[in-house]
Amino acid sequence: MTTAYVTGADDSVRVGDGPVLLVGTRKGAWLLSADAKRAAWTLCGPMFLGHIAQHVVLDPRDRATMLVAMRTGHLGPTVYRSTDLGRSWSEATRPPAFAAGDRLARSLNAVFWLSPGHASEPGVWFAGGSPQGLFRSDDGGDTWEPFTGWNDHPMWETWCEWPEENTPDGSMLHSVIVDPRDSAHLYLGLSGGGVFESTDAGLDWHPLNAGSVATFFPDPEPEFGHDPHCVRLHPLRPDRLYQQNHCGIYRMERPEGRWIRIGDNMPRDVGDIGFPIELHPGDPDTAWVFPMDGTDVWPRTSPDGKPAVYVTRDAGESWARCDAGLPERAWFTVKRQAMTVDHNDPVGVYFGTTSGEIWASTDEGASWERIAEHLPEIYSVEHADPARRA
Amino acid sequence: MKVRIPTPLRSYTQQLPVVEADGDTVAALLADLDRRHPGIRFRMVDEQDRVRKHMKVFVNDEAVRDLSTPVTERDEITIMQALSGG
Repeated sequence: MTTAYVTGADDSVRVGDGPVLLVGTRKGAWLLSADAKRAAWTLCGPMFLGHIAQHVVLDPRDRATMLVAMRTGHLGPTVYRSTDLGRSWSEATRPPAFAAGDRLARSLNAVFWLSPGHASEPGVWFAGGSPQGLFRSDDGGDTWEPFTGWNDHPMWETWCEWPEENTPDGSMLHSVIVDPRDSAHLYLGLSGGGVFESTDAGLDWHPLNAGSVATFFPDPEPEFGHDPHCVRLHPLRPDRLYQQNHCGIYRMERPEGRWIRIGDNMPRDVGDIGFPIELHPGDPDTAWVFPMDGTDVWPRTSPDGKPAVYVTRDAGESWARCDAGLPERAWFTVKRQAMTVDHNDPVGVYFGTTSGEIWASTDEGASWERIAEHLPEIYSVEHADPARRA
Repeated sequence: MKVRIPTPLRSYTQQLPVVEADGDTVAALLADLDRRHPGIRFRMVDEQDRVRKHMKVFVNDEAVRDLSTPVTERDEITIMQALSGG
């Protein structure tokens, strides 16, 4: 694979015929696109140099609206929108925020997660934040309202962590998932707090953590308080959920609501701790993870410094190591939003690192090549399939 | 009155370092500033009307966090933001 670098004015954005990767970093956003063979890549950017681009997502419904969850040094959080693949941007007229006069005097520190809404509800987006608020837009991300069914749920302050009580990056709400069969069926993840479900369009919520463990509590199987790092639902089999948790890799089959620790089938010396989990778009039994060292003081680098993706092709009954082409030794971390898959055949798998590299596999993980390097710390990599190519 | 704008907020003021805004309190002044430069206020004041951490609003030489602080035409407003970080 080759990569060309394009830096400069907004009109320098290039999009080929192949997959597009939207890259959010600690110091701006980039757009990485391939030709149809996924052999020649073009990296365009930076966009918003110096701003924290936490999550960059293209709407899969109109394949045109792109949102960036943005923060900037000490400035308040916001969302930027583009409908021309980043050639021009406009800020949300009313960014996500808690209500003025909020009963808990909450203010939003960061927009952490962006999820497009149900296919039958064009223009609807959800945003998860830190503190763990949920926000909704009905107009393609231009104006946002606090999602009161969650933010004002009487259990919010019991389920959620307060910002001063958690990790350096703050507690966050992530993995907002809409059941493709039913726009009123929602899931979300709290780090920490656990997985939660609503079956009434978000009016009420309940914990969905049975079977998963939280070894950082005296009771390792509480009702809530867990730390799911990334939760995924398979669109072709929406009764199947996967999650990469702070305490293992899990699968759940609905309507039963119990997590099964499929990470127990990982090699013991690698373990089943990590941030991201990604699913094969055409096969609900196939998923990829990027294990990290969760021993001792939790370095969160690859176990023994040997980076590897692991794939299961039988819904977690077994796992295979995928490290051909990856460095023999490296000490980066892959964050929860920094792994993605394309929709090609064979599927392309991609991940970005805290050391500013993007790695690609166009054979479903069998071999890897680096397609970008020397970027800032990468927070998110999302596949996009824009309608307009130029 | 004149309002000095720090570099991280000048994308809202067409890169102007000094702009005009009116009001008889800091709150009214920031509301007018936001009318003239939409979006600028929320980047420095949160949804509970608290000046964000590491942001400062000076009325002449005095840093104020109380948005009800009165201001007059003779005052000069300076918005500052710490540039700490890496």
